Amino acid sequence: MSSTIREAELGAGASKVTPLPARAAANTPVPLDHRIARNPGMKLDLGFMESVRSVNRSALERRVASLTKRRSLKADNQAAWLLRAVACMDLTTLNSNDTEERVRRLCAKAINPFRRDIVEGLGIADEVIRPAAVCVYHPFVATAVDAVRGTGIHVAAVSTAFPHGLAPLSTRLQEIEASVKDGADEIDVVIPRGLVFGAKWRELYNEIVSMRAACGDAHLKVILGTGDLATLRNVMLASMVAMMAGADFIKTSTGKESVNATLPVGLAMVRAIRAYFEETGYLIGFKPAGGISTAKASLDWMVLMKEELGRPWLEPELFRFGASSLLTDIERQLEHHLTGHYSANHRHAMA
Amino acid sequence: MNILDRYHAMEYGPAPEARNEADAWLAARDFGKALFIGGDWKAASGGKTFETSEPSSGKLLAKVSDANAADIDAAVSAAAKALPKWSASSGYTRAKVLYAIGRAMQRHQRLFAVLESIDNGKPIRESRDIDVPLAIRHFIHHAGWAQALDRDFPGHKGVGVVGQIIPWNFPLLMLAWKIAPALAAGCTVALKPAEFTPLTAILFAEICERAGVPKGVVNIVQGGPEAGAAIVNHPGIQKIAFTGSSEVGKIIRKATAGSGKKLSLELGGKSAFIVFEDADLDSAVEGLVDGIWFNQGQVCCAGSRLLVQEGIADALIAKVKTRMSRLRVGSPLDKNTDIGPLVDATQLDRVKGLVAEGARQGAVCWQPDAALPTSGYYHLPTLATGISPANILAQEEVFGPVLATMTFRNTEEAIELANNTRYGLAASVWSENVNLALHVAPQLKAGVVWVNGTNMFDAACGFGGYRESGFGREGGREGIFEYLAAKLPLGPVIKPAAVSAQPAEQSDGDTIDRTAKLFIGGKQVRPDGNYSLAVATAKGKLAGEVGLGSRKDIRDAVSAARACKAWPEATAYNRSQVLYYLAENLSGRAGEFAARLTELTGATPKAARDEVDQSIERLFLYAGLADKFEGRVHQPPARAVTLALHEPVGVVGIVAPDVSPLLGLISLVAPALAMGNTVVAVPSERYPLLATDLYQVIEYSDVPAGAINIVTGRTAELAAVLAKHDDVDGLWVFADADTCAKAEAESIGNLKRVWSGNGRGLDWASDEAAGDAFLRRAVEVKNVWVPYGD
Repeated sequence: MSSTIREAELGAGASKVTPLPARAAANTPVPLDHRIARNPGMKLDLGFMESVRSVNRSALERRVASLTKRRSLKADNQAAWLLRAVACMDLTTLNSNDTEERVRRLCAKAINPFRRDIVEGLGIADEVIRPAAVCVYHPFVATAVDAVRGTGIHVAAVSTAFPHGLAPLSTRLQEIEASVKDGADEIDVVIPRGLVFGAKWRELYNEIVSMRAACGDAHLKVILGTGDLATLRNVMLASMVAMMAGADFIKTSTGKESVNATLPVGLAMVRAIRAYFEETGYLIGFKPAGGISTAKASLDWMVLMKEELGRPWLEPELFRFGASSLLTDIERQLEHHLTGHYSANHRHAMA
Repeated sequence: MNILDRYHAMEYGPAPEARNEADAWLAARDFGKALFIGGDWKAASGGKTFETSEPSSGKLLAKVSDANAADIDAAVSAAAKALPKWSASSGYTRAKVLYAIGRAMQRHQRLFAVLESIDNGKPIRESRDIDVPLAIRHFIHHAGWAQALDRDFPGHKGVGVVGQIIPWNFPLLMLAWKIAPALAAGCTVALKPAEFTPLTAILFAEICERAGVPKGVVNIVQGGPEAGAAIVNHPGIQKIAFTGSSEVGKIIRKATAGSGKKLSLELGGKSAFIVFEDADLDSAVEGLVDGIWFNQGQVCCAGSRLLVQEGIADALIAKVKTRMSRLRVGSPLDKNTDIGPLVDATQLDRVKGLVAEGARQGAVCWQPDAALPTSGYYHLPTLATGISPANILAQEEVFGPVLATMTFRNTEEAIELANNTRYGLAASVWSENVNLALHVAPQLKAGVVWVNGTNMFDAACGFGGYRESGFGREGGREGIFEYLAAKLPLGPVIKPAAVSAQPAEQSDGDTIDRTAKLFIGGKQVRPDGNYSLAVATAKGKLAGEVGLGSRKDIRDAVSAARACKAWPEATAYNRSQVLYYLAENLSGRAGEFAARLTELTGATPKAARDEVDQSIERLFLYAGLADKFEGRVHQPPARAVTLALHEPVGVVGIVAPDVSPLLGLISLVAPALAMGNTVVAVPSERYPLLATDLYQVIEYSDVPAGAINIVTGRTAELAAVLAKHDDVDGLWVFADADTCAKAEAESIGNLKRVWSGNGRGLDWASDEAAGDAFLRRAVEVKNVWVPYGD
């Protein structure tokens, strides 16, 4: 499906959809509805983009600095929030030396993330709490799909010439189609960062529209590669283009840039999500990825979501961590919560 | 709730800060001996105590010694006794003490924070992350000033014994702002904390004991109004530093009038928070949270007046409301609390009363739907819209979590609204356009302007107000001057003008009769009252007659000075050239002025010629300095520059002395003009013809109309009129002691900055009667914070 057809289908007036009930603003509490209406995208609206281009880096940095100090989670609440971090996790392996066996191990860990005594100690046996997805390169999609079959765990494939996105568009679209065909139901695509520097918004928009079309029913997460984008204004504008083009999630980083997910970048992106919501009524997910490896950091990110977007954005439908080593640190913290002993990595099963 | 319930709820839950250490500290103290005087802990000599309680519960915390006048006297004596040795100690010695205080505070940081939150009610996050670290920073920063004093402030010495009175909203931080620069400058202090919040000052005194502060250098006296009045009126004190309400500030100004005490006042505010349509609105909303809901709004520089551009008003207000509903009101010791209780029941009543009155006057007051704790002095964050500039919520300082909102149409109106207040402490400007922000910042009548930020403070940057927000700066280089005395060459005592017999006999000479009028708005005008004052020659004959200026002439002169925009807005280079030209034209008539001096004062021709030449030289000096007495760029520990701009004070009244009637007048008028002030000068009552002779020189020199206005007449009478005029921003008086004292006392209408010689003149001929000491009086230091980064 070509991008021009999609735009035509949406038409001029179609960008303003009827909002979901009861939402004065994105960050007021709304009743949780796990069936999030999927973002159909909208026509590229440069005027709307213009209205959100004011992003003051210093002010955003001050906001995240105080935000993470002004909210504190103790005891059982902290344990509950860490469990939430696990439930909102894309357990990830994206290494050049990945093998099928390594991916199977990852899936096994996703299916059984916690030691039995921790599950019992926390009293959470009645509920399945495990990562929302595993995230792998295309060659391992089939393996992962097989490994997690029947568990409800999603399989996400990084795609479109990850991590740089610099292959021909046709190649990139074929890669998406191949992963979808192998069973991936979430596709994490990267944007060619050069389009942002060149302010080639229409080209970027068209590419993402094509990617969304190639995804079919699979959810589309658009990785901006924020570490490469230089300014928060670029992050904001690229976020907007991605959402207008139909992204289900916007995601910070590949984990391969020199700068990973940072809270100021995250703040710019969640504010983009809020602006898009206020304009269209659609809820877009957010996925920080890269470098989030400690339980404390995961709490900071969740505080950011709750404060800036609200409770709905603490569900896996709208929030994911892209992480590989975070799970182990959370396990250690949970064990400490139960026993009062500081734990060690080797006491928890590796992925 | 089990963990699974919490997993679904995803609430923060309580995160209490432990208070056992603080409680143990409280339990171990005898607060009946809480006066720290001369290094000893003493009970109040009158045996009285006052109670301090916990704002979150109303529970009694301690009964604290309540100092009376005798205790203040003891504290001042102790400070005076310690002064010689402390002021003579090396900068290095003082630096080590300041450093030790800072480090010792750091070691007890958490105890300070918890005590502060218990006593004041401010959220622990604020005391822990803002108040206490800033207080520590102040001491460590000022350790450096102690050592740099001789290098950076040549010709200055510490002012002596300092009396300091601080408020309850930032008890420890205000203590640090007061004590650190005083000690750096070699002063010794008697400081009185506020009755609501005595505790952290007591802990601080304990720190002083341990940090090796010599006995008597820091005296901390707890008490109420009696103790405060005793400090203000104590003759052994050379300087008063006060932070608190404008009302009390005015009382102190009046009480110290004529005493010769140096004075700095940090008073109230109604600071504007201006949001332009190209601002980062989400960040502006966070700025408001930091601006008006910081410390429950009990902040003198709180951004309590939101001015928002019409086109974005609805969007911004919606965002503000959403954000307000996320503010957490609760126990100050909960780490998740954004807003704690107000400090006291009286304060809560006051805020409620103002909100009710604002609503009665048409404000629409909105509060988020949140439950308040059942005990304690809590007030919900409040947004008032539909406000007119006349509404009490737009006019009065609420000192509570109440935001008044107005809209503006364009930049000019934004500035006008922002300046439509008696106060002038701070302002915030939000715009992503640096051209706009830096266009607006200099036009705001406020001592501190934050661009895309608010409530940023640092020890390296000056803080203080314009207008009725007080005078003096705290922090930075400009703050050190408040604790220093400049060495100025004193002149003789000035006696009140005697009403002498009017000379009748015309002095010799065959000239055409000349009428010396007043000089107002660039024109020579007759005095409103149409009376004249005879001027005698040195030999007692009639030299001529000048207009007898009256209050109405002063009124007209001030109007003309206020209306003159060309001079303050001229470039410094332009002002420089005009002053050079004045010198040039005066030089051309030097002989005539010398003859006039001789005629009137009886000076020898050589002495008269010297005075004229010196006057020309002085004009030259200030012409040259007009574009050189520049501000600074401060470097706070943040990615920001703070521009300490030198701005003209505004309309400056100058009451010139009889001694050196030409040189004295020019020594005062020239620096004021050089810095861009407009001037209303009252020249020597005895020798006014030297001033009236200047009219033509001025007229020939391209001085814009209204930049210099001269009103001749009775010094005492005209000085009093200037002092009482609320559109005069500064007043320099070199007259008899009584006139000086009255000028200071009468200045309280608008808290104009008064510089008085206290009945003494200066040795105007001395080279030291010129330069930076004068220029510093001619400027306000405005600190413009510009955070950056993209």
